[in-house]
Amino acid sequence: MLEGYLPLFVFLVLCIAFPLAALLVGKALRPSVFAPAKLESYECGIEAVGGARGRYSVRFYLVAILFVIFDVETVFLFPWAVRYKQLGWFGVAEALVFLGILVVGYVWAYKKGALEWV
Amino acid sequence: MTHLLPPEFFTATVPLNAYLILSAILFAIGACGFMFRKNIITIYMCIELMLNAVNLSFVTFSYQFGKVDGQIYSFFVMVVAAAEAAVGLAIILTIFRNRGTLQIDEIDTLKN
Amino acid sequence: MNPAAFYPTATDYLRFLPELILTIGGVLLLVLEALTGDNKDKSSLGYLAIAVVLGAMFAVPVALANPGTSFNGMIVSDGFAAFFRMVTLLVGLFTLLCSTSYLSREKANTGEFYLLVLFSLAGQGIMAASNELIMVFLGLEIASISSYVLAGFLRDDKRGSEAALKYFLLGSFATAFLLYGISWIYGVTGATNLVAIRESLAAGTSGNSMAVAAAALMLIGLAFKVSAAPFQAWAPDVYQGAPAPVSGFLSAGPKAAAFAIFLRIFQTSFESFSSRYEPVLWILALATMLVGNFSALWQSNVKRMLAYSSIAHAGYVLVAVTTNSNVGTAAAMFYLAAYALMNFGAFAAVTHLAGRGESHVTIDDLKGLASKQPVVAGLLTVCLLSLTGVPLTAGFFGKFYIFKAAIDNHLYWLSALGLLNSAIAAYYYLRILAAMYMHEPKTTDHPEPVPGGIQLTMWFSAAGILTLGVFPGLVLDYANRFATFVK
Repeated sequence: MLEGYLPLFVFLVLCIAFPLAALLVGKALRPSVFAPAKLESYECGIEAVGGARGRYSVRFYLVAILFVIFDVETVFLFPWAVRYKQLGWFGVAEALVFLGILVVGYVWAYKKGALEWV
Repeated sequence: MTHLLPPEFFTATVPLNAYLILSAILFAIGACGFMFRKNIITIYMCIELMLNAVNLSFVTFSYQFGKVDGQIYSFFVMVVAAAEAAVGLAIILTIFRNRGTLQIDEIDTLKN
Repeated sequence: MNPAAFYPTATDYLRFLPELILTIGGVLLLVLEALTGDNKDKSSLGYLAIAVVLGAMFAVPVALANPGTSFNGMIVSDGFAAFFRMVTLLVGLFTLLCSTSYLSREKANTGEFYLLVLFSLAGQGIMAASNELIMVFLGLEIASISSYVLAGFLRDDKRGSEAALKYFLLGSFATAFLLYGISWIYGVTGATNLVAIRESLAAGTSGNSMAVAAAALMLIGLAFKVSAAPFQAWAPDVYQGAPAPVSGFLSAGPKAAAFAIFLRIFQTSFESFSSRYEPVLWILALATMLVGNFSALWQSNVKRMLAYSSIAHAGYVLVAVTTNSNVGTAAAMFYLAAYALMNFGAFAAVTHLAGRGESHVTIDDLKGLASKQPVVAGLLTVCLLSLTGVPLTAGFFGKFYIFKAAIDNHLYWLSALGLLNSAIAAYYYLRILAAMYMHEPKTTDHPEPVPGGIQLTMWFSAAGILTLGVFPGLVLDYANRFATFVK
């Protein structure tokens, strides 16, 4: 049974060998000249502006937090969708209660100004 | 169409034990990361890893029993994890605002 | 199966009424908080929250009058659940009474505080009444996530945010353990209902060692939640850093609820291998008492000292849990009720005495309190004497019943070591008493008046302590009657 995997093994060996060979050959052939420009970060040929470790506005976090909550909560609607017909109006009522609580949370976040970009 | 690989590669199923072992490994990695990492965000990601290990084992058992309840439980875990993530990130933000650091060993105002 | 069989009946809702009221009240408060302007006085929302908690308290007997399970066996309404619902609601009521003036003093009087307390109480009620592991998990998380925010409610306070962070990280870590245990129990038995698990484990020959491993994982999670050694490290930091009323809340309410699920799970589901976890609980109980009491000896910060003392008290309750008997369960119930009164009473006093920004929380700051504020000193004395376990207080009978249950169940060494521990504990409580009564005041400034809510809380807890100290039967008879679980 294992012989069947021989092509896979050969493939794996090739995958490892090729980049190694390319790197080694390149290192042997290329001239090694130091220039300060080589240390700069490469941005499609355009000169880089500012550091790469700049901070994002804290507002992004707030939006992300709200997104995580309202996005993941909808997972509870999937089981309802699967059994929509059998659950009938009871399911609708339950889902409305659930969504109603979410809406209250949304209204609160809106009133508190969490959705405004200042 | 002929495949490079033998046909059983495409039909054989991974034994359920493998999923459970994977879940145990993930849980252990998460627990170790929680204890040994220093950055708060990393520590929090380790907790998420542990919760997802739990999800994996719930879904595996659910598949094994041929029931769906385990999958529903993993929904609950996901939603609770999301709520925790929201609260946790908010707490981490206040920590960063108050102290300007996220290294866990620099947060040591409270002591004997 | 016919979906109509899953539909909840009116009785189902009645059995769940306290949590229903708390949740609806909390959501209502959220709307009101959003609709009232930002600069308005939010104390009225606090009074509304108190009304909601009182409503939930009245709903507890209603739920008790309809015993049985609801929502397909997920929630059970029995005397045990009613007892712990009442204890946690009482703690919640105290918290709300103390926090209005506290929040105004710290200039953080927003309505979110009150609704978070309500949501946390709903979670604790679900814990007390859950009959199913997923409900246990959900209740625990509802209670915990709200309390993480409560612990860090003073956002600009360095100590508060640190407390919230530690509580959050270690709390979610513990939950992950509990949850992994739950998933394995589900894998071994195919069930999450506590009674079904019990039946499956009793009948099953396969996978019992897996079940023991799963129980151990759950034990780790629960030990974190009740702050048992060696998983107690978060408690001192959290109780010291959190706002004083929140520390009182956390040390009494969620802890009682965590003990409720602890008792229910281990005496319902895992009773078939009680002999295997008894030694573990034995060690856990002893270690918790020792760590709590010995660490408390060196503390100069009163809040931190009360935190260690609360660890020690968790150790005493664990002694009762170790007995694995109805007498032990009843003793644990009595103790947790008494503990809620005496610990919250002490934290209420600290809330008042700490002053703005909680800058006066060391034992030195209490010097000469008896001559400056004799009433506060007297009420705090009652709480401290009860925590010590002096006769005629609730704490004495609590310890008495626990060690009696332990001796009845042949845990002689554990009882002896526990009694020794409570003798050590007397030292650090007496240190506070000595500072209050035997020293001159450090400053001569005029003391601030005690806010009404805090006064009410302190009088109520002192009265409760003394009443239970003289007539322990009032609570103990009830606890004895309902210390058995539906099996």
